[in-house]
Parts: sequence; structure tokens; C-alpha cells
Amino acid sequence: MSVYHRPVSNIWWLKRKPYILFMIRELTSVFVAGYCIFLLVLVYKLTQGADAYGNFMVALKLPSSVALHLISLAFVLYHTITWFNLTPKILVLYRGEERIHQGLVAGTFYAVWAVISFMVVWLVLGV
Amino acid sequence: MAETMKLEIFRYRPEKEKEPSFQTYKVPFREDWVVLDAINHIKDEIDGTLSYRWSCQMGVCGSCGIMINNVPKLSCAAFLKDYYPDKIRIEPLTGFPVERDLIFEMDDFMTKLTEIQPYIIRKESEEKPLEEGEYLQSPAELAHYKQYSMCINCMLCYAACPVYALDSTFIGPAAIALGQRYNMDSRDQGRDARQEVIASHDGIWECTFVGECSVVCPKDVDPAAAIQRAKVSSTVDWFKDILIPWGKKK
Repeated sequence: MSVYHRPVSNIWWLKRKPYILFMIRELTSVFVAGYCIFLLVLVYKLTQGADAYGNFMVALKLPSSVALHLISLAFVLYHTITWFNLTPKILVLYRGEERIHQGLVAGTFYAVWAVISFMVVWLVLGV
Repeated sequence: MAETMKLEIFRYRPEKEKEPSFQTYKVPFREDWVVLDAINHIKDEIDGTLSYRWSCQMGVCGSCGIMINNVPKLSCAAFLKDYYPDKIRIEPLTGFPVERDLIFEMDDFMTKLTEIQPYIIRKESEEKPLEEGEYLQSPAELAHYKQYSMCINCMLCYAACPVYALDSTFIGPAAIALGQRYNMDSRDQGRDARQEVIASHDGIWECTFVGECSVVCPKDVDPAAAIQRAKVSSTVDWFKDILIPWGKKK
């Protein structure tokens, strides 16, 4: 019997909202990786002496750099929130015979995130 | 005048045409009709050549899965009123070769289901004689895997999975969830045998966690969770093998 194989379009991910959101989540990985590279460059500049580091900091204050940081922040937030929301699916924990509530699992990640973020802000800004 | 609705249905008749086409039918709109009722009406009253699968009409057999407006659904559980007055586009489940109209070939799924060995496996040396009775299980042990045992093999999860549509060598959501169901069963000892398939290149590592398999599942099986949990277990296995190689199971 001859069966028909339906071709898969290259834009399959544009056909439904969940697939678009998935592709955005995948795309955000590029910004996460990019920011990791940026932090490595920052450390490298530190090793190059005060002038090199100072010039780099000046460049970071340019409007284009600030805009890029804000865009990166939005994507990294999207990445973090979507993954944190998925953690209860992976981390299925039991207390005795009862499953620990999914909100508590995801909430723990958010709480740890908030504490670490606060510590970073405290260290950097000395607030 | 009675209210009507239009159904745009995928047609493929291999003896007549090489390419599929869509045919539009006008059916009566009734509040209590599901899409399957409308398709049955077409078959009985309008066009007897339309081919499709169905059986129980109560969300148990898993036969009547179709794409409704690009979303995999059981046609017996999708009400016309949720789409009225718009036209409904109906296609066979995505990702499978089409045999005729809404009937697709499910051989690939059946093969994968067999490969996963979805039954309790006991080590020969630890098999109890029949006279010693059943392998007992507590309600708590049952709760660990019960969700994954509710699968009705409707294949909606495969149709929602873009990975399977792009690469049909992927073992797929339902088969892996079923493997996980037996792996988590306290009476089972067959995890190592299943790992060869589940943790293979075509198994869990193909999954990119789109998560739509769980969204479309009519029985809340949550295959996406089963796959991610299998990834965690397999990763733990890998680390154990590296860190304590002498601790390998025989």
C-alpha cells in the first residue's frame, strides 16, 4: 500500500504559540552563553591591568552596551523563569507517602535565586 | 433554519490520487455533538467514502486521535461548540505516514512499544514460585508510577512532538513514559534491559523538552516529566559508573 509522508515545513514552530515559546526559550540559551563569555572577557580585562579594565568599563557605559545588557537581561529572565517553572516536573519529591507540592519545589528555586541576587547586589553596590 | 458548521477534512485516496487534498463538508451544529459525531454524520449521511478510526466514543480506547485545527485531540472528546461558528480543519495525526484519509500508519509506534518491554521483568534467580503468591505492593509504591500507567496509546503525544515529526527514529513520549512506568514499579527488575533503548541515542536524549506531549495528553500521563526524570536517573547512573566503577550491578 502506498502511504503518504507529509513534509515538515521549516517554519513548523510558527504554527502554534507553544512551539514559538519553546523556540524563544531555546534562543535565550544564546544570550545566557553570550553573557557567560562576556563575564570571562571581564575577568580577562582585569588581568590586563587598570587601564585596560578602565577602558572596558567606559565602553560598557555606552548606550548601545546598556541596551544590549537590557535585552540580555530580558532573555536571561525568560530563560530562568521558564526553566524554574519546569523543575517540579523533574524533581518529584516525597515526604513519606505524600508528594511535595509542585509550587514548593519551584518556590525553593525562586527563593535561592532571590537570596543569591540580593547577595550579588549587596556585594556590587554595597547597599 | 438549523445552524450548521463546516468541517474541512484531509482526504487521501491512494488508488485515486498521489497528493492529498481537503474536502469541506457542512454538518448540522448541535450543542451536545463532539467532532466524532459530526464525522460519523458525514460518513452516514453525506460521504460514505470517508475513512477514519474510532471505537469506544468515551475517551478510553485511544483510537480516534486526529488533528483539530493543528492540535492533536481525541475526536470523541472535542465538542463542536468549542469551535462554533468557525470552520474546523481536520487532519490525521501529525508525524505519521497517512494510509487513507484520517487513517495513519502506526507500525512504527507499535515497534517502539515492543522495544521498550512494557511488562514486569523479574530476574530469573529471584522469581518466586507461584505457590508463594503475588508480589505485594503498597499504595505508596503504586502512587509512584500510577500516573504513567494511565496511557491509552492514543499517540496524541507523538503528534504534538516536533522532535518525532522531524526525526522518526526518536523512541517518543508514550513509549518512554511506559518504560518509566515499569522502571518505577517496585515489582519490576527490568530497568537495565530497558535502559538500552531508553538511554540510547534515539531515546531520552533526543527530547528537547518542548512539553507539548504532556499538554495534549487526554489522561494526564505527563510523558515529558517521565522523560526528564529518566534523564536524571540515567545521568546519576553515568556518574555512579565513573565515580564508583566497582559498584556496578552484576
